[in-house]
Amino acid sequence: MPKIIVEVMPKADLLDPAGKAVANALQRKGHSEITNVRIGKRIELHYAEAPTPKQIEEAKEIAANFLSNGVIEDVVSVSVEEL
Amino acid sequence: MRIGVVTFPGTLDDRDAQRAVRLAGATAVPLWHADKDLHDVDAVILPGGFSFGDYLRCGAIAAQAPVMETIIDAANGGLPVLGICNGFQILVEANLLPGGLIRNEHQHFICRDQKLIVENVDTAWTNQFTLGQEITIPLKNGEGGYIAKDETLKELEGEGLIAFRYSEVNPNGSFNNIAGLRNVKGNVVGLMPHPEHAVEPGFGPDTDKAMRSGVDGLNFFTSVLNWMVKA
Repeated sequence: MPKIIVEVMPKADLLDPAGKAVANALQRKGHSEITNVRIGKRIELHYAEAPTPKQIEEAKEIAANFLSNGVIEDVVSVSVEEL
Repeated sequence: MRIGVVTFPGTLDDRDAQRAVRLAGATAVPLWHADKDLHDVDAVILPGGFSFGDYLRCGAIAAQAPVMETIIDAANGGLPVLGICNGFQILVEANLLPGGLIRNEHQHFICRDQKLIVENVDTAWTNQFTLGQEITIPLKNGEGGYIAKDETLKELEGEGLIAFRYSEVNPNGSFNNIAGLRNVKGNVVGLMPHPEHAVEPGFGPDTDKAMRSGVDGLNFFTSVLNWMVKA
């Protein structure tokens, strides 16, 4: 099924409580080599047919205006996956 | 005077908001997220809760609901709109107020009677307060940390768009102690604490005079009645 994958991450300068909790757990397990963990979102948009260039542009707009909030998050990537 | 209270899936405080409207002397009109019609209301309240399970981001999905299309247009035209807690988050996600709300700095859900300073009384929802007045109303949220870009904060401070600031304690790490905002016209106000839980003696925050006697929240609802009489 053709998909568009949108990846969203909390902004680098913002506290990421979920990432911090996981990083602390890894430290406790002895993984001192891991210095930080940040957790974002992967959102899949599924299509019946391979998305057209127009649909890909629309997906980018959806990613920027609905799937993310520019004040607190960055859209890291919008990519097409055809399988 | 008819004041609409919107219910989204996952809204919790719609009944309390309706009750506050009635105690202020107005008619409460239940509005439904999927119904674009505002049923001739004179003002709208977006109440607290966890609309759409806080999925995606708090308030993000509710901001796309059919009723919000009408509310955004009406708010831009001057209709008084009050967003409480999740309602504030919805107003921010709907771009009716700037900035964003993130998880509390200390990462805990917080529930307390919160002191606020009234920073602006030229709005539909705050005109029955006096400037600089200290009020106490309940606060209960997990994602109430207000953030905004530096230039947005400068504009908010410079233009007098901050409606409320936290007093004594900043409960969630909000920038500049911001508890609530107003828009330029003054018809839209959003805040994290809950005025609708401090409207009736016996059920409000404690005061120096008696337990649970605090009714500081009632002024929000009488303010909008006063605003509409003047308008």
